[in-house]
Amino acid sequence: MTAGSQVWARAQLALELFALDPARLRGVTVKARAGPVRDVFLEAVAGLPGPVRKVHSGMGFDALLGGLDLSQTLASGQVRLRAGLLDQPGTVVLAMAERCPPDIAAILAAKLDTNPDLSLIMLDEGADPDEQAPQTLRDRLAFHVELDGIGRLEAKPFRLAAHPVPRHGSRSAKDVAHAIRDLTILAQRLGINTLRAPTFAVETAKALAHMDRRTVPNDADIQSAAELVLAPRATRLPEPEPAEEEQPEAPAPQQTQAQDDRLPDDMLIDAVRAVLPLDLLDTLATGGTPQAKGSGAGQKKRGNRRGRPIPSQPGRLGGQSRLDLIATLRAAAPWQKLRGRTGARLCVYPSDIRLKRFEEKSDRILVFAVDASGSAALARLGEAKGAVELLLARAYAARDHVALIAFRGDKADVLLPPTRSLVQTKRRLASLPGGGGTPLAHGLKTAAELALHSQSQGMSPTLAILTDGRANIALDGSGNRAKAGEDASQMARWIRARGLPAIVLDLGTRPQPALAGLARDMAGTYLPLPRADAHRLSDALEQALDHGLGA
Amino acid sequence: MTQAFPFSAIVGQDDMKRAMILTAIDPKLGGVLVFGDRGTGKSTAVRALAALLPEISAIKGCPINSETAKEVPDWAELKTRTPVTRPTPVVDLPLGVTEDRVTGALDIERALTRGEKAFQSGLLAQANRGYLYIDEVNLLEDHIVDLLLDVAQSGENVVEREGLSIRHPARFVLVGSGNPEEGELRPQLLDRFGLSVEVRSPTDIDERIEVIKRRDAFESNPKNFLRRFRPKDAEIRDRILTAREKLPGIETKRPVLKDCAQLCVTLGADGLRGELTLLRAGRALAAFEGDDALHRDHLRTVAPLALSHRLRRDPLDEAGSAARVARTVEDVLG
Repeated sequence: MTAGSQVWARAQLALELFALDPARLRGVTVKARAGPVRDVFLEAVAGLPGPVRKVHSGMGFDALLGGLDLSQTLASGQVRLRAGLLDQPGTVVLAMAERCPPDIAAILAAKLDTNPDLSLIMLDEGADPDEQAPQTLRDRLAFHVELDGIGRLEAKPFRLAAHPVPRHGSRSAKDVAHAIRDLTILAQRLGINTLRAPTFAVETAKALAHMDRRTVPNDADIQSAAELVLAPRATRLPEPEPAEEEQPEAPAPQQTQAQDDRLPDDMLIDAVRAVLPLDLLDTLATGGTPQAKGSGAGQKKRGNRRGRPIPSQPGRLGGQSRLDLIATLRAAAPWQKLRGRTGARLCVYPSDIRLKRFEEKSDRILVFAVDASGSAALARLGEAKGAVELLLARAYAARDHVALIAFRGDKADVLLPPTRSLVQTKRRLASLPGGGGTPLAHGLKTAAELALHSQSQGMSPTLAILTDGRANIALDGSGNRAKAGEDASQMARWIRARGLPAIVLDLGTRPQPALAGLARDMAGTYLPLPRADAHRLSDALEQALDHGLGA
Repeated sequence: MTQAFPFSAIVGQDDMKRAMILTAIDPKLGGVLVFGDRGTGKSTAVRALAALLPEISAIKGCPINSETAKEVPDWAELKTRTPVTRPTPVVDLPLGVTEDRVTGALDIERALTRGEKAFQSGLLAQANRGYLYIDEVNLLEDHIVDLLLDVAQSGENVVEREGLSIRHPARFVLVGSGNPEEGELRPQLLDRFGLSVEVRSPTDIDERIEVIKRRDAFESNPKNFLRRFRPKDAEIRDRILTAREKLPGIETKRPVLKDCAQLCVTLGADGLRGELTLLRAGRALAAFEGDDALHRDHLRTVAPLALSHRLRRDPLDEAGSAARVARTVEDVLG
């Protein structure tokens, strides 16, 4: 069997198991780009028992949760309510889950928790590792399948067989005791923190047993359950079990013999290791699961473009204004009798028209580009980190967003995309290593790109560049000092052309004229800080910031 | 709604359970904030507690769950006022809820169809005399959280909009939960929760296995499982009820008051809310444990719950404020 068809077989098994017991297994996350392979899978999904409905994250709350059906109510003259999509039993297919905003995700999660008849198939089309379906939802679904990399011919169409609903009443707790023990220990060793994962794994083992018309899950079931449920959630490779953990079991050999058929943990681990996602090591290297785009109040995408709604005001329709329908109807409602309303038709006068208003308030974002090269590391990297931390603390108080870029070696890396989560920022910052060349131009470029991106999301960015100015790596990665300087000043002029406010903090032991020139090039503020400690650094930066933004 | 998991069957998470029991004894404590990892039984605990509490008697159909016929508001327009018993209300507040829905607003249906001006009560009314639960409270819009905390504290919901002018009692215990990795709560809001608890996934393997075992037993045979834990649940319920009666009689001596104040000063908690909550929580705990007076031991137990979220905190201090509180408690109370 080819690798692709093995993956496909697992995906098929996951769906079959889910169809068997949707109330307990809750759903499947399908990570795949739109394409023929996913279409084959979705064809099978359409065959799930019970209604299958599609939703997308752009849907309004009233469509999902139900509410007054205004058009029906007006037409009939009687209250007509519309049931929310999530209140009806069946399977909901959430398309483009990687773009699902956190509030919709939370609603779905709450409904999954309270409505056992509802289950979810989540289609995650995220291409980048930092584009992911919301963790809140992934955590609540038993299975996670990845279809990318499966060939079209390997994806054999299948139909879900009709199995009876599992009956659990007849089996005793003892039957699953070892499944529970093995799967919980394994989850722990794979670094899976949530307790939902072992619960799902146990349910999966039971469903697998049931598929075979047995009541007791056997070792093969446990192994498949570990592959299906635990492997995709692993956050670390299992290290060999430490010796002291094995000792407590040694004094009870008779027990081990009694359960002779138990497969040793190592076999389970090998089974899981075989199906671990290939990019696990990458995610481990960057430190934990990449933050999902859609999750986190830190990135309120709607907030800025639309602002917080404030009470609507009377006015005339036309041009750019948007009608606030509900407010308009509310304004008209009390007068209906006076206006001599007949039948179901509503009398709305122009004076009833209410227009929507939003309070626009742009969030500030501070993009730190920190020089972590060898020269800066020697001099002042510690202080720079300290200053950034202090600024972060103040940014927290002011609810500013923060992003962190470090440049060293031959390129710049975004250590932290825009966020308000301090826990993360702190972690990434602390683990920032120093050493290597100074790719100043690339640092500027990355910072500016990030700033422009956040600007397009409606935030007002400010760049803070902390460097000692000895640019020695050019944009193309070559170690040409002259070209490096030229590239840097070219990037600086580009930043000015884009109108991004910037501050250059000179970390060198002596003020560098080149850096003053760089600041001039980007029309930014230049702050030489020959002997600054973290506090002075952050004070200076904050003053410049407030001044620069006119706040 | 499915059957709730029994409260006494929740493994570990003692702080969270204790905080919830305290608010059940003294609802005026002002809400619990539960912050922590996913899948640690935050929502389970809230639903379990509500199921554990004794039923309340309320007028049938009353939008604010009034206890006596006299308390039924005029705008409810009830024809009959028969008392019935019903479970303690637990209202879920969905994210993305509008202000209208929370406070109540003009009844559009009636306005449209009959041209009458009437008040449609909101979630705050429904939650009166019960619990209001917000999952992912850190993702809720700030102005809604503000409003909720305001009402939770004053115990009254005031609606002044669309020509309506209505006030009704809204006494409920606010329970908020969330995951700090997804965004934090503004310090101003943090302070207004009475108690706060940080929950973590258990690291002990046996504890984890026990959790999964109980969950599995519950799912496979809820009836048996509930029967198994009913006596324990009943015991907790009785203790809560006795504690409620005992609470007004708990004696508070001057030295203990001084301890309270000293703790808060040493920790540098802003305002006096810290002392007040500490005192209240301590008294509730004393009542729960069957003591007649408030002792240092009680303070020691509740101090992390009542104070850890009130410190002028260093937002980058990852160790969490609970550790700082514990240290200070050691220093001050010995």
